[in-house]
Amino acid sequence: MSEADPAALAERIAAAEKAAVAQALNLIEDRRQRSQGRIEALLGRLRERAGMQRVGLTGPPGGGKSTLTAALARELRERGDTVGVLAVDPSSTRSGGALLGDRARMSFDPADQGLFVRSLATAGDTGGLAYAAHAVTEVLSAAYDRVVIETTGVGQTETDVEHVADTICLVIQPGSGDVLQFIKAGIMEIPDVLVVNKGDHGALAQRAASDLAGALDALRGVGMAEAGDDWRVPVLVTSARDRTGIDALVDTLDAHRAAQGAAGQRERRREGETHWTLSLLLRRHGEHGLEVLGGRTEVAGRIRAALDAGAIPIAVSADLGRDYLRRVASAGID
Amino acid sequence: MSSNGARATQRDRPWIMRTYAGHSTAKASNELYRTNLAKGQTGLSVAFDLPTQTGYDPDHVLSQGEVGKVGVPVSHIGDMRGLFDQLPLDQMNTSMTINATAPWLLALYIAVAEDQGVDRKLLQGTTQNDLIKEYLSRGTYIFPPAASLKLTADVVAYTVNEVPKWNPVNVCSYHLQEAGATPVQELAYALATAIGLLDTVRAGGQVSEDQMPQVVGRISFFVNAGIRFVEEMCKMRAFTELWDRITHERYGVENPKFRRFRYGVQVNSLGLTEQQPENNIIRIVLEMLAVTLSKDARARAVQLPAWNEALGLPRPWDQQWSLRAQQILAYETDLLTYADIFNGSDVVTDRVRKMVEEASQEIEDIQARGSVVEAIESGYLKQRLVESNAERLRAIERGEQVVVGVNKYLEGADSPLMTDRDSAIMTVGSGVEQEAIAAIKTWREQRDGAAVEKALAELREAVKRGGNVMPPSIAAAKAGVTTGEWAQALREVLGEYRAPTGVAGARVSEGEGDSQKTVEGLRARMDVLEKKLGRRPKMLVGKPGLDGHSNGAEQIALKARDVGFEVVYEGIRVTPEQLVASALEEGVHVIGISILSGSHLELVPQVVERAREAGIASVPIVVGGIIPVSDARRLENSGVARVYTPKDFELNTIMGDLVELVQSSAEA
Repeated sequence: MSEADPAALAERIAAAEKAAVAQALNLIEDRRQRSQGRIEALLGRLRERAGMQRVGLTGPPGGGKSTLTAALARELRERGDTVGVLAVDPSSTRSGGALLGDRARMSFDPADQGLFVRSLATAGDTGGLAYAAHAVTEVLSAAYDRVVIETTGVGQTETDVEHVADTICLVIQPGSGDVLQFIKAGIMEIPDVLVVNKGDHGALAQRAASDLAGALDALRGVGMAEAGDDWRVPVLVTSARDRTGIDALVDTLDAHRAAQGAAGQRERRREGETHWTLSLLLRRHGEHGLEVLGGRTEVAGRIRAALDAGAIPIAVSADLGRDYLRRVASAGID
Repeated sequence: MSSNGARATQRDRPWIMRTYAGHSTAKASNELYRTNLAKGQTGLSVAFDLPTQTGYDPDHVLSQGEVGKVGVPVSHIGDMRGLFDQLPLDQMNTSMTINATAPWLLALYIAVAEDQGVDRKLLQGTTQNDLIKEYLSRGTYIFPPAASLKLTADVVAYTVNEVPKWNPVNVCSYHLQEAGATPVQELAYALATAIGLLDTVRAGGQVSEDQMPQVVGRISFFVNAGIRFVEEMCKMRAFTELWDRITHERYGVENPKFRRFRYGVQVNSLGLTEQQPENNIIRIVLEMLAVTLSKDARARAVQLPAWNEALGLPRPWDQQWSLRAQQILAYETDLLTYADIFNGSDVVTDRVRKMVEEASQEIEDIQARGSVVEAIESGYLKQRLVESNAERLRAIERGEQVVVGVNKYLEGADSPLMTDRDSAIMTVGSGVEQEAIAAIKTWREQRDGAAVEKALAELREAVKRGGNVMPPSIAAAKAGVTTGEWAQALREVLGEYRAPTGVAGARVSEGEGDSQKTVEGLRARMDVLEKKLGRRPKMLVGKPGLDGHSNGAEQIALKARDVGFEVVYEGIRVTPEQLVASALEEGVHVIGISILSGSHLELVPQVVERAREAGIASVPIVVGGIIPVSDARRLENSGVARVYTPKDFELNTIMGDLVELVQSSAEA
């Protein structure tokens, strides 16, 4: 494949040209050293679409997330927004191979230029999101009005989607007792929106929703639910199958964006970028790298400052990496 | 002489003999049926084409290449009239392999019977109408599982009073075996399906409680018979025993007549080989024994495949050869003069007992998950089948399961039946699709548009209300509604479904020995390739067209994952345009296409062409399916990198090719 000039590629991405978006994603996933410069150059040139929103759909397996993602994308398209979907799938670690089955559950109009779906294997990462997920999201954010990131995970396992998305929806199916227990016990990070999918299960779904609402109220009573005052976590019932509740979900996403405000969104993304930069550094240089650079808090502070000054994560991580290698070389640390 | 003695003995009535048939047009199929009946066939078995099975008219984009291919297109009452021209329906016993659109095809059949002046109460035959196995294996479902079960229940409730001799449902274990099911899984999943269906009928309130025995008595089964014919025969006895128990205990049926396990058979097509295909006629005969030898568990209707099905579509002579096999067994041998010849056999009793125990346990497990619907929606059943099938293929590849002419005894003289491979199968005329498109346009112009609209509105309304789908469907049939319109009306109300594929979560045990060494070797090559490409080699697997037989595509996807590909599994029923859009968006390095319906010449070149337009011409495309040799050459000339047919059973070899293709396209 020809190696397009990053500036030209960025322009074509801004015009939501599918071939360009695809090409950029292929580049982003490229882990060869010689590609890192071009990746950096590309990411440095991307500008996200004004007012765009990143939505995370996460939850335990079997909650119907891929069907819900498809229904959500369709609803958003009907309202005139363009949509990029990133479907993250767990990987088989032994062979390095993976089966990405989400596309089989979605049916889209292939002629629609305003909808782009990409599957991503987690390539053995422990969190739900892959190494490339942040960068992929950056690319999609430059091309589409909404980016929907679908990933599996719940409870104590870190889902990572919180580091990418502006609005996190936890999707569960009726009868998911574990999730309720996690929430009640306060050991689960509270998402922005709770979705009980498979509302077609009728009474069972309604009961699950009221159980969740009750658990949230109890947590509010002890000050453990929402962090701020501007947002009350709603509990929605959807049926991806019957396409009910999807319009309410989109309304809720809009409402969350409004409540979050531009500043709130910026702050959340900055936290996510900090986390991403840190994980890039860790991936390359491990705990030893962190230690040599002065420990996690110190490094996080440096990252934050560099990002606030306008640098992009991948460049900041590369800078820190060079610093690490310099220190190792000069101090003779092993 | 004993022959005199035999003649004096009361012979049992033979089973109904059918041949699964239909192609091109209603007229051509009607001629075929009349010829088959003249040859001594005693029942009809209608094969519908895929657009008819999945509810599309011939001019729908998804119908491209599929019209008249695997069966006859029936788009409206005119086609149905033509199909049964000069065949008095009160004298026919007609089996229709139709599922998602079963209520509609039955409605057309009833409407034609009334045309012929035949009372619907006299109609005899079967609608397959088992959607559960469609989600698991055959892929011609349209609606979500619960809605599908409701439609099936409607047909049951309607026929029990209105068409009392009709078998409204043929619960199929046949396709479960094709999807890889073990005998115990076949027993369990089929019976769980029957339970799910009967529970739905009972809960639906359309049938009174005291009519339940009749309802139970109308449920029939459609079974596969594989080559391990002793075990298969035991399986049939286990079915008989379990069904007797379930109908008695769960549904309180006292009359033994209504508890009989009534079943029809198509003997196994999956095990038929492309290599030395003449051997298949022997396999077919042995498999037939499994479902006929034991009188207490004997099939009521048998249809046999043809010896050359792995090569392409059988010709009339090929089907006749199979019919003759049935006739010889039924009329020449002494089989039908004896009582059950296995009663009192310790071996058989013991084997049956074990199967009954294991299957009962598996049925309980499914019930513990809620019902068969939950087991479908969660992907549980599908995943179990995908796993079993992977085991089966692995056993053949390792040579543990002997297949003569395939993995053992490969040397042999050339078959005189195969001197000209292209004329050893039938080809469907190329003008069929265009004719069907022109014909349906004329049909739509000539009918009463207002009556059609009214009928469709009433149909939608009835389904929305939860009413029985049959009466408004019969009215729609008479008004001239088309198959595509009927299905579209229901899609609007019930929604469309994409079933779990079962591949993503399937666990496959690691192999051993040479095969495992090959896999390790491939993985090492993939790692090198990954370094070269900068990312994991990625593959798209999908099935363009309407063919839903996804077992092969699933196994390719699983194997590709095992050797280290990132596999995007696109599933069934995609257009060439969708496949190419997915390939582009996903950034894949190779595209794998599977087509079993014979529409490869129409669909594959479109994929190649669109890939070129999308700027991904460098991505190699491989195709698998039942593809005649000359077609394979044409595909390769049009830009396809490799073509695989049933003889290519060594998945490792295919994987080696894929790695090489990706490698050379990366170097290009």
